[in-house]
Amino acid sequence: MTVKEIADRLKLKAVCAEENTERTVTGCYIGDLLSLVMSKAQSGDAWITIQGNINVPAVASLTDCAMVIIAENMQLDSAALSRAKQEGIPVYTSEKSAFDLACGIKECL
Amino acid sequence: MADTMKLHYTVDADDFTVAGEASGAVKKVLKQLGFSSDIIRKVAVAMYECEINMVIHADGGVIDVEITPEKIRMIHSDKGPGIKDIEKAMQEGFSTADEKVRELGFGAGMGLPNMKRYTDEMNITTKIGEGTVVDMTVYVK
Ligand SMILES: Nc1ncnc2c1ncn2[C@@H]1O[C@H](COP(=O)(O)OP(=O)(O)OP(=O)(O)O)[C@@H](O)[C@H]1O
Ligand SMILES: [Mg+2]
Repeated sequence: MTVKEIADRLKLKAVCAEENTERTVTGCYIGDLLSLVMSKAQSGDAWITIQGNINVPAVASLTDCAMVIIAENMQLDSAALSRAKQEGIPVYTSEKSAFDLACGIKECL
Repeated sequence: MADTMKLHYTVDADDFTVAGEASGAVKKVLKQLGFSSDIIRKVAVAMYECEINMVIHADGGVIDVEITPEKIRMIHSDKGPGIKDIEKAMQEGFSTADEKVRELGFGAGMGLPNMKRYTDEMNITTKIGEGTVVDMTVYVK
């Protein structure tokens, strides 16, 4: 499924969804420790995290993640938002837990 | 001899808002030059980890990048505190990151191991109280 389809299906809130939402999501990774994400996340993944700082779009871009989902109603700060826009990384938030989000994504792959 | 492209960046201390700017810029250049996504990922991840280390563990520094069709070399130099025990620092999970940067998601102690894994050559020269130079090369096979 595409980023947009997953966002609709899981009722995610769009924070930055102007670009690249037609890309197909091929996997999922959950993590909040950035250098661990950097070594494990795969190109095309939906990355679920509770971090919302500027390094999130940077790491998502480096690892070529298809989308970022910020769980547990955590928020993306304003510096991170402008970076996400600049990098064209789709970012969404959700009140769901990382587990619930990952279970939902599994059904979409 | 093929042409060498040289790039130079300054990394400011404690400035997370620009951290990752150098690796992001190099990533774009490599893309424009037509390097494979595999090579670009290796270079960008290694550089980002190193750049962040310069921000959180040292007082910023400079990065020199040399790009040829055969290899990409990245030299990160800082005037920070130096690394006491390189072998220990290279171990997965070792970190001296403080609470403030841990809250931002750093401190897994995976940065140096990632750099090692993503590059073909990695040399660290360090002197306590003077600084650290991390010299990494990725070969284009
Ligand atoms: N440029 C540097 N100057 C001084 N010390 C450094 C430098 N780079 C790394 N270190 C030391 O080596 C340790 C390990 O570095 P490494 O990048 O592997 O982990 P980290 O930065 O602590 O956490 P992570 O990279 O996973 O967010 C650091 O905690 C720090 O003590
Ligand atoms: Mg590090």
